[in-house]
Amino acid sequence: MENALEVERLSVRLGGTEVLRHLSFRVQQGSALAVIGPNGAGKTVLFRALIGALPHGGVVRWAPGTRIGYVPQKLDIERDLPVTGRDFLRAKAEVSGVHGTDLGRALELVNLPPGAADQAIGAFSGGQFQRLLLASALMGKPNVLLFDEPTAGVDEPGEERLYEMIHRVQDAERLTLLLISHELSVVYRYATNVLCLSREEPCFGPPEEILTPERIEQVYGTPLKYHHH
Amino acid sequence: MDWTGLTLSIGMAVAAGLVGCFAVMRRMTLASDAMSHVALPGIGLALVFHFHPVLGGLAALLAGTLLIWWLERQTRISTETVIGVVFSLALAVGSMLATGDELVDALLGAPGTLGRWELALGLAGAAAVVAFVLTQRHRLVIVLVSGDIARTSGIRVARLELLYLLAFALTVALGLRYLGVLLMGSLVIIPAATAKHLARSLDGMFAISAGVAVSATLAGELLAPRLHRATGPLIIAIAAGMFLVGLVIRRRP
Repeated sequence: MENALEVERLSVRLGGTEVLRHLSFRVQQGSALAVIGPNGAGKTVLFRALIGALPHGGVVRWAPGTRIGYVPQKLDIERDLPVTGRDFLRAKAEVSGVHGTDLGRALELVNLPPGAADQAIGAFSGGQFQRLLLASALMGKPNVLLFDEPTAGVDEPGEERLYEMIHRVQDAERLTLLLISHELSVVYRYATNVLCLSREEPCFGPPEEILTPERIEQVYGTPLKYHHH
Repeated sequence: MDWTGLTLSIGMAVAAGLVGCFAVMRRMTLASDAMSHVALPGIGLALVFHFHPVLGGLAALLAGTLLIWWLERQTRISTETVIGVVFSLALAVGSMLATGDELVDALLGAPGTLGRWELALGLAGAAAVVAFVLTQRHRLVIVLVSGDIARTSGIRVARLELLYLLAFALTVALGLRYLGVLLMGSLVIIPAATAKHLARSLDGMFAISAGVAVSATLAGELLAPRLHRATGPLIIAIAAGMFLVGLVIRRRP
């Protein structure tokens, strides 16, 4: 199988601090990589370096023809901004050169009722907004999806549904998925490989190797409970 | 008021209304007001060396725009701070170069008579700004929501931001003769702020903002001679009145 992404000795400095140091890993096409680690370990920084939004050392090599769909962590949007979900999706459709019919399809794929798209984006609930961003990411017909903490700001039943939806979309669209998550049980279930970032050496491998109680304690600094399904 | 002047002021107002929408949504209200002050030293130099004040103002605005764009990319200090210092300095230097009636005209605007080439250039400038906002609105919206989403959608964010700031500077230059250095920023901001409060979608915001800018400008120009008041301040007073009325009108749920 071909690699969708190859990262060699990636380093990122922010304001004099080295946030990421000599990070190397590969992501196969169609696989799912989960990035875990405590707050401040550089998970979002890694994603932003991968999309070229931050200057970095080392090599980030995407397969030729890669189209990235990026779903950022919750954004700071003013509540009364007069931009509706539909305005945003239409903008994304225009920029990606896809047609209006795909807008309905994208909404359907993420289970957003068409009526919800007509409210201002600042008024969306956390879960709805994540779905909207996912729908917009899918409009560009990506073959790689980067998802930064899908369930931040989502209640627990919503969380489960959101992960199931991401998984379903990944299967349906044959996407390579890169996912930042704190939900270790979900990571265990869906990830092909896990990349853990911490102040210690980063580790990389399949979940059954990485998600051992000792490793997790090493990464998070405390024993963390999670359950296999 | 002759029809040529009226045509140009409508073009200027539409451009101001549209450009203002993104200035208000990007929360650069204060920055944009201060930015219009940078035209003053250019006008001052034009008066000293006897060339057209609007050209001097435009040149200074373009230089100021490049300076802000560069500072935003180069330094991590607050842009608002830099703008506050640079543009207060511009106002000070400009006030030393232009004096007396010339200074009052530059600060508050003086419609005067329009040459044919001025009309043509002004209309071309207004058309360019309107075309830019309308064709790039999709890209501008995505950058507004998230620069990272914009980047992964293939949008060149830094270039788009520079073009937006240049459109903003051009709009301010278009309004210098009507509203002057002190008030032109307000015609960009007030109609858009009114629209942001009343509109429920992007197209609605564009329409309301352009509508408020055009009606305030026309009403100001028609009423000024009758009330024996300067045009610029009257336009802004009318726009501000519409903003206050907009605040009172309850937004539909």
